[in-house]
Amino acid sequence: MKDQNTTMRGIAVSDLVKETGAFKAKGCRLVQIGCTGIGDAYEINYTFDKDYVFETVRITVHDGDVIPSIAEHYWASFIYENEIHDLYGLTVEGMSIDFGGHLFHTAIENPFKNPPEVTKVEKETPAPGPEEGDA
Amino acid sequence: MGLFTMTKRALANVIGKPATLMYPVKPAKQFERSRGMLEITIEDCIYCGLCSRHCPADAIVVSKDDRTWQVDRLRCIICAQCVDVCPKTCLRLVPEYKKSVAEPPFVDFFQGPPAPPKPEKKAKEE
Amino acid sequence: MGRQIVVPFGPQHPVLPEPIHLDLVLEDEVVVEAVPSIGYIHRGLEKLVEKREYTDYIRIAERICGICSFTHSVNYAESVEKVMGLEVPARAHYIRTILMEYSRMHSHMLWLGLTADAMGFENLFMNSWRIREAILDDMEMATGGRVIQGLCTVGGIRKDVPDEMLGQMSDHLKEITPQMEELCKIFSHDTSVRHRMRGLGVLTKEEMWELGGVGPTARGSNLPLDARCTGYSAYDELGFKPVVEKEGDCLARCIVRARELMAAADLVHAAVKKMPDGPVDVGKIKGGPDGEAFFFTEQPRGEVLHYVKGNGSKYLVRHRVRTPTFANIPPLVKMLAGVDLADVPVVVLTIDPCIGCMER
Ligand code: SF4
Ligand code: SF4
Repeated sequence: MKDQNTTMRGIAVSDLVKETGAFKAKGCRLVQIGCTGIGDAYEINYTFDKDYVFETVRITVHDGDVIPSIAEHYWASFIYENEIHDLYGLTVEGMSIDFGGHLFHTAIENPFKNPPEVTKVEKETPAPGPEEGDA
Repeated sequence: MGLFTMTKRALANVIGKPATLMYPVKPAKQFERSRGMLEITIEDCIYCGLCSRHCPADAIVVSKDDRTWQVDRLRCIICAQCVDVCPKTCLRLVPEYKKSVAEPPFVDFFQGPPAPPKPEKKAKEE
Repeated sequence: MGRQIVVPFGPQHPVLPEPIHLDLVLEDEVVVEAVPSIGYIHRGLEKLVEKREYTDYIRIAERICGICSFTHSVNYAESVEKVMGLEVPARAHYIRTILMEYSRMHSHMLWLGLTADAMGFENLFMNSWRIREAILDDMEMATGGRVIQGLCTVGGIRKDVPDEMLGQMSDHLKEITPQMEELCKIFSHDTSVRHRMRGLGVLTKEEMWELGGVGPTARGSNLPLDARCTGYSAYDELGFKPVVEKEGDCLARCIVRARELMAAADLVHAAVKKMPDGPVDVGKIKGGPDGEAFFFTEQPRGEVLHYVKGNGSKYLVRHRVRTPTFANIPPLVKMLAGVDLADVPVVVLTIDPCIGCMER
């Protein structure tokens, strides 16, 4: 069992396209772009790989922010960027193919969006049982 | 080579046995470890509710007061997570499948025996 | 110069077991552009991680896909183990590896069958599915499930597979190896197969790298990209080399999968031979995962990535899966440009689309 070589670092949103260009120049492949909701913000991870060294850069954005697309360096990024747009309701600017929210047909719009701040009303279920309802 | 291989294969197909089982006549293959359906020995259950809390499909409902345990056969994904967590090991997976049914109930309901005589609490009658 | 028309392909189509929709822009009979849209079976499994304990969630992670189920569960378990710093015993790693190779064989055989069916080669379809049945039986014998094995758990495996059973499995595999070899020969030499697939949907190595294709789709374009090279589980000790083909067309992708059958069987034999003794899990696990980790494994369809993030409680905060089909959509879009309408089903099938796992 060997450990996989993964690294992670945070960068500013404005540096994203520049950093991506550097990865491209190094000859890296785009592995994935994944978004994570963290309370009131979103982390977006861009993973690149060369020779099985997986490097991840992370930007942190908020609702309503505009994320620059990395399509100028990686044409294939459209699929991930459309996913982020469809599931999280974030705006990505300059995608190579813009589906306009029609890549994923979801019943609820932007199902993974961070919920707006609500004060929870205590329900009268004493046991901490599993909650009903799937996302 | 083509013709020769073809003839060989055709002969083998004509003479050989079918690759399938004649299912209802011959029983389907079963192995000791096959996960067929969930069973409970209701006598041993202490109605702790651990199985229902750990069930990924929310298929089990346990009621301590009524001493009942029920499983929704349509929700159960036969993952054996409940079998692993049960403290009394009264749950088990058997290799046989549940017979198919055409209409409800799809929920299997088990009524436990009344609680062992404890002066302060009696099991309710259904 | 013909008029452009748009022909919808899917979500219901005879060659597609699962729903994906493609809008094909045609000029005469030739596809100019293909626009995919998905989301017909988005189940929100990634969201469910917030409602289930991380040890129970592995049962759901396994059900992301019905074919690569075991690899998904291993990947999820490995990523949680990585966050928690658990040292899984070697025997568990070996058994996981064996079953991962078994699922690769059954997935490839399923795919080869489906492709034969899409070409209209019904006999071949039945043949490969008959061979696959032996693999499925062995998996059921070892784990209890034909397609959803349910053997893997965080910190090891649930139930040891005894040595006699492993020997039996390896013997069965030896019995069907000649049949697999014959299958491989048919796929690489048969005239009908070659006519239908050669020179179709060609992508070069550079294009494939650029587009981020993974798995057999990439390896068919001479790109030796295989997450097994990172040496997770027992792969670093088994001596593993990716199978590649040069042409980059549909036939090459097909032959890669057929040849991987034999490679997988070799890996199983090697693993059975080297099988170490010892425990198969780490025992009781205390606490919850705190931190985040990426983990990559090689599924039958390509490299898959799981990302987990925990905050020390029993519920993970985020679980993200990037499935191989998702990464293979951009190559597919490029492949489809320029092929005839009648060839679209075969080209779509050669990326081995697994829409269920693509959408989680
Ligand atoms: S975990 Fe076992 S003892 Fe507890 S309620 Fe379930 S079946 Fe009964
Ligand atoms: S086997 Fe799995 S799905 Fe079925 S009741 Fe038990 S925990 Fe729930």
